[in-house]
Amino acid sequence: MTNDNIAEERNEQWRDELRRSMTAKERMKIARVKMPELSPSYRITCNEEVNQGITAEMAVQEARRCLDCPNPQCVTGCPVGINIPKFIKNIERGNFAEAAATLKETSALPAVCGRVCPQEKQCESKCIHHKMKSEPVAIGYLERFAADYERNSGTASLPKVAAANGIKIAVVGSGPAALSFAGDMAKLGYDVTVFEALHEIGGVLKYGIPEFRLPNSIVDHEIDGLRAIGVKFEKDIIIGKTLTYDDLHQMNFKGIFVASGAGLPRFMNIPGENLNGVMSSNEYLTRINLMGAGKPDWDTPVLRGRNVAVIGGGNTAMDSVRTARRMGAERAILVYRRSEEEMPARIEEVKHAKEEGVEFMTLHNPIEYLGDENGRVNMMRLQKMQLGEPDESGRRSPVPIEGAIEEIPVDLVIVSVGVSPNPLVPKSISGLEISKRNTIIVDPDTMRSSISDLYAGGDIVRGGATVILAMGDGRRAAEYMHRSLAGNE
Amino acid sequence: MNKIISKEHFSDKVVKLVVEAPLIAKSRRAGHFVIVRCGEHGERIPLTIAQADTLNGTITLVVQSVGVSTQKICALEPGDYLTDVVGPLGQATQIKNYGTVVCCGGGVGVAPLLPILTEYKKAGNRVISILAARSKDLIILEKEVREYSDEVIIMTDDGSYGQKGVVTVGLEQVLQREKVDYVMTIGPAIMMKFVALLTKKYNVPTECSLNAIMVDGTGMCGACRVSVAGKTRFVCVEGPEFDAHDVDFDELMMRLKSYNNVNK
Repeated sequence: MTNDNIAEERNEQWRDELRRSMTAKERMKIARVKMPELSPSYRITCNEEVNQGITAEMAVQEARRCLDCPNPQCVTGCPVGINIPKFIKNIERGNFAEAAATLKETSALPAVCGRVCPQEKQCESKCIHHKMKSEPVAIGYLERFAADYERNSGTASLPKVAAANGIKIAVVGSGPAALSFAGDMAKLGYDVTVFEALHEIGGVLKYGIPEFRLPNSIVDHEIDGLRAIGVKFEKDIIIGKTLTYDDLHQMNFKGIFVASGAGLPRFMNIPGENLNGVMSSNEYLTRINLMGAGKPDWDTPVLRGRNVAVIGGGNTAMDSVRTARRMGAERAILVYRRSEEEMPARIEEVKHAKEEGVEFMTLHNPIEYLGDENGRVNMMRLQKMQLGEPDESGRRSPVPIEGAIEEIPVDLVIVSVGVSPNPLVPKSISGLEISKRNTIIVDPDTMRSSISDLYAGGDIVRGGATVILAMGDGRRAAEYMHRSLAGNE
Repeated sequence: MNKIISKEHFSDKVVKLVVEAPLIAKSRRAGHFVIVRCGEHGERIPLTIAQADTLNGTITLVVQSVGVSTQKICALEPGDYLTDVVGPLGQATQIKNYGTVVCCGGGVGVAPLLPILTEYKKAGNRVISILAARSKDLIILEKEVREYSDEVIIMTDDGSYGQKGVVTVGLEQVLQREKVDYVMTIGPAIMMKFVALLTKKYNVPTECSLNAIMVDGTGMCGACRVSVAGKTRFVCVEGPEFDAHDVDFDELMMRLKSYNNVNK
């Protein structure tokens, strides 16, 4: 979406009329919509989605708050460049289908982004309302509304697809970067095949993010949308193992996009970390979200705990600790070494976790786990911390308070202190430049790697980021791979 | 979906399945394993590859019925399908000419040992294979092992076949008798632990292939972590083979019991 397009579309007659239908002052007076939510006491008994979505009336009213700025900054805050004013103004005039179609122009996964994007740090952070000390337009809620409206109406529009050009493109992985790339390339007419190592398509959207935040049926619907525009999906295939990079060439693939994600869970290397009952958030969430552990008639087991500690302060830590509450933990404790202010998790996640009775032990850091005679963890030793000088991340660094150590009984510990890129794919391709952290090195503008037909994006490049940044990578890689294949670099 | 081509009962609890998996048959090497899922609500479990036939596009799995998933898999008949088979996973075995290699296999551990000893033999090693099991009917793949071994020693706990005794009894006989350059062991953790203790005494380099609890098998979950020389390693991506003298087998055995008494 170029700025010219955005300006041109803003000048269309209906937009002009809509802008004049209400004064900016009137628009500013409207209070920001509140997301209807399930009550905390009910939602910890089930896996149902916490945010219930806003109604059509609420959406139209919220859309009126948007001033339809001549120079909309919100768009610059969106990694995939959604034409935000256009979709919002379509909601305001009641043309919800057109709003959804606008989202699809640039986003392969609007119903997903409307739920899991950190809008407060992106589009909404740039909203003009901030300048007038007013709450920003709820762009995320509106995005979700439009995408859900279309899905529920059963009359999904297909994005425009260019004539098939017969050029085969391979995508490694099926998470947000991969799906976004696949969608864009399919729209450009390429013959796209997505290879997934697991038995389900969706990557972190399926195995990582819990049902109560992002239902799998929503992800499946978006994947079906990609199928409808010709994207093929192959499960149970590990590129680098089942098929090599050379095999892909022999199969006549002309471009490869690697978005294999951040695989390896990090641990802290402290005593007792290999006790039973201490596991990574990846393991805990995968067992429950992907493998159905805890549901009747599913074979995969999961350990349950009465006193569960989750170590970390990111979104995955929040997902884990909230999941633990739903799995029956009487005490679910979030242990984070800095203060709440430095927590990387979304504000909404922190709020929801607190409402659900999660205890926050900030400025605490585990230093050892102790176990019973069967090797099951039964105690954690925590070092109390205080904030010192800012570190390289710009956040105040946690410093141990000497001698201040606390012991807390736990029977399950979920370690959620980050992930490292999965070396499986990068290591299998000779000549591919890899950083010390095992990420694939790419040109940040084009996402092209040291191998000319291989592009990469998402966590395998960033080492751990958000859904929307991964999607932005996918879009950029598609744009530049297309330019290269079309011969106009 | 992967079709079962043929099935053979080795014993009550152990079956051999030949499974259609052409891409894996082509890309696998000795030492690799696969992750298998049986049923849409099934677990993902690791199984080692005993043999592969690139011509027919099949791999051979030997499965011992010990839990929910292996029971389901063992109940499959030719013409049935495994829901998912993915691989090959793990690092392939390093094949070298060491000189004299003793391969110790216990129970169904003989299945993954077979392709490894086959490659050792092809690389010019003198291969002595020791197969151990509780009783005669649990000794598997003997004929196939003999084909690529210079000598085969059979050990049974009850003396119903070969010599009476555990694998280390047979191994120590060989170690006392001649110079051994390398030992490879695959079997129950407790067996590998004692093989490692014995070969440490004799100062013979020893490799073991570990079976650990896994979910994805591609490095994502960390369930398979094991302490090797004091460092945490992932069996699925860094293994399954490690220097047996460095593996903390007691921790491994403890971790294998993680889910023993879990109510789902």
